[in-house]
Amino acid sequence: MSLPKPVMRGLLGKRLRLHLPLAFAFALTCAAAVKFGVTEPRKRAYAEFYKNYDATKEFNNMREAGVFESVRPSGE
Amino acid sequence: MLASQAAVRGLQRSLWRALSTARCVQAAHGKDVSADVLDCSQPQYCNRPDTPLPDIPFVRNLTADQMKLKEKEKGPWTKLTMEEKLALYRLSHELTYAEMRKGTNEWKTVVGVILYFMGFTGLVVWWQRVYVYGDVPQTFSEDWVEKQTKRMLDMRTNPIQGISTHWDYDKKQWK
Repeated sequence: MSLPKPVMRGLLGKRLRLHLPLAFAFALTCAAAVKFGVTEPRKRAYAEFYKNYDATKEFNNMREAGVFESVRPSGE
Repeated sequence: MLASQAAVRGLQRSLWRALSTARCVQAAHGKDVSADVLDCSQPQYCNRPDTPLPDIPFVRNLTADQMKLKEKEKGPWTKLTMEEKLALYRLSHELTYAEMRKGTNEWKTVVGVILYFMGFTGLVVWWQRVYVYGDVPQTFSEDWVEKQTKRMLDMRTNPIQGISTHWDYDKKQWK
């Protein structure tokens, strides 16, 4: 029984040849997932919200609900 | 007075003798301590994957047959049969690399016992909730939470992606 000599060199290089591209691909995928799953929807949500936002109307609604201390509802 | 001192010392010695283990007593008397005590001043054998050639061979006291094999080892190794080569390996090593790396099923026991104790802790915490803790603050009562939620909606809390987006302000109900 004569075993073949095991591979002695280039072990790190061999591992990196597979795992380095894998690592980059994984990192980029994660970044893309966050960008398109979180940040883009959030930017769209904010754009939508402020497209037809009437600050005065909202203020008056909040005032009537009685949440402010500087202005009371118009009835009082 | 000297006699009483000697008597006390004698008592102390016998007490120490009674409490100490036999091994300490042996060692104190300079006797050869039993074999299962590790003498760390000597090189030790170890089964480690990162140490292919341990400091000492595994089998120190060779039988006559094993001595003969060791003599044969001094000659050309091509003359050794496979069994002899394996026997020589087992003389100098306890485990093969495969055996060293095999691992055990210990992790199953560990995980099992961890989960068991977590379960027990859960029961303890449950008992504490029932018999030890006092009442929860009034801010947790249904009425308070209702008023609190209404106030949050009136203030338009998190109006873009949060709670206020789930309330329909025209129909005055949840979307």
